[in-house]
Amino acid sequence: MIVAEAKNLTEIGKTIAPYGRILVLGCGTCVTVCGAGGEREVALLHDALRLMDMKAGNGKHVFLECTLKRQCDPEFLDVLEEKAANVDAVLSLGCGIGVQAVAERLPDLPVLPGVNTSFLGMAKEWGVWDERCAACGDCRLDETAGICPITRCTKGILNGPCAGTKNGRCEVSKEMDCAWVLIYQRLENMRQLETMRRYYPPRNFRAIPRPKRVLSKINAAGGGHE
Amino acid sequence: MSLKEKLSTGKFIITTEVGPPKGMDIHEMKENIELLKDRVDALNCTDQQASVMRLGSLASCYLAKQWGIEPVFQVTCRDRNRIALQSDLLNAAAFGIENVLALTGDHVSLGDHPGAKPVFDLDSVSLLQAMKSLEEGHDLAGKEIKGTPKFFKGAVVTPGAEPVEPQIMKMHKKIKAGAQFFQTQAMYDSRKFEEFMKIVKPTGMPVLVGIVVLRSAAMARFMNKNVAGIHVPDNLIEEMDKAEKKAAKGIEIAARLITEMKDSCQGVHIMAIGMEDRVPAILDAAKL
Repeated sequence: MIVAEAKNLTEIGKTIAPYGRILVLGCGTCVTVCGAGGEREVALLHDALRLMDMKAGNGKHVFLECTLKRQCDPEFLDVLEEKAANVDAVLSLGCGIGVQAVAERLPDLPVLPGVNTSFLGMAKEWGVWDERCAACGDCRLDETAGICPITRCTKGILNGPCAGTKNGRCEVSKEMDCAWVLIYQRLENMRQLETMRRYYPPRNFRAIPRPKRVLSKINAAGGGHE
Repeated sequence: MSLKEKLSTGKFIITTEVGPPKGMDIHEMKENIELLKDRVDALNCTDQQASVMRLGSLASCYLAKQWGIEPVFQVTCRDRNRIALQSDLLNAAAFGIENVLALTGDHVSLGDHPGAKPVFDLDSVSLLQAMKSLEEGHDLAGKEIKGTPKFFKGAVVTPGAEPVEPQIMKMHKKIKAGAQFFQTQAMYDSRKFEEFMKIVKPTGMPVLVGIVVLRSAAMARFMNKNVAGIHVPDNLIEEMDKAEKKAAKGIEIAARLITEMKDSCQGVHIMAIGMEDRVPAILDAAKL
């Protein structure tokens, strides 16, 4: 899923300063799970912003709140016609995709980001999310024991560990595992070390022209894979 | 005689390195090279070492050559994509610089521009492959090139890494990709180095053992804690600690290590890191 972190209140305060009526817009999918921009965070931010306004003594903002099921999907954006009818700006707690989807739907309104979109990751334990995928468009996890060197090696290199690995940790941070040592250990356990002896040619970045587009291959019920 | 020719004679080879200056003031680099040029077989010019922006390796190699020493062009994958790297390899060849040492490169976050974009489009193995391709008359995209360069292709290996097996696997990949000689990360444990050399001997690759000159006990402790693949044993740290004349002790230890490891490899690569003026004394003490 997409993992995001809340922006700090001072930064949000600055971005909303020019506007009076503001819709704080949550998203019910990824950012709800990672606790950055779901219904609960919308309510908390709403309170915090009102308090900040009161402390500043101007009370110039009016906040409305709403959480969509998914900001990145046009079918859930129809309600914005009504919800955003009388506001000066939207503060979206969706990921960067959500912010842009909402902006595309509301051509005349400023749509401001309330979170920093961090990465594609998974819950490691309660309250801890780890990056796992770089969405590179050219998955080779079959060759790397299910551990992504592009994401988990800080240099994203393909032919084994660099000289910066120390006791299985990365040169950039002693807290971080060396992805290539993990790959080595897992391949060894599976008796597949031969895979690691292969030369991995440089990545083909043509697989990922930006911005990318994926077209559905589903044209009949039960379709998808040919 | 070129480094390649010298290595083929079976003579014990001595290389060392200079870090180009941060800025245009090249007089200290010139002084160091004057001091070293008649004592060593080749001189590595580092490539923005420790990810600190400075005068480039290629320009430094060009100067070193003019000043009468055989340069080794260090190339990292940190700052250039495959287009720029291949072009710089051709640039080196155009300047008559033949020796190239392929490295992955430290991460940008360790240097003085920590917010810069880390490139790593290639890695040390695919960089060697790029050299081989150019020598064979085509670039990495398979396009024909007119006028082919000739390189003496070097690579690095860390015999002191834990675990060492993936490093050895990578060394084999580097050999397959065209590596012709190796310089190692600093070694302070001659027994461990001998074991390593036994494992890699069947490759027939010339290996130049790395020596980092010790400045103090604190430096040794710092490297143990922070530098990958380096382990200074406690007895050496203690020796440095107790020594009154640290410079002389550092020279003595370096020379002793060279003497201990000399018979198991083909040469030595001395990394003096700002103490280049001590290199002649180390070589004297090691009777080289």
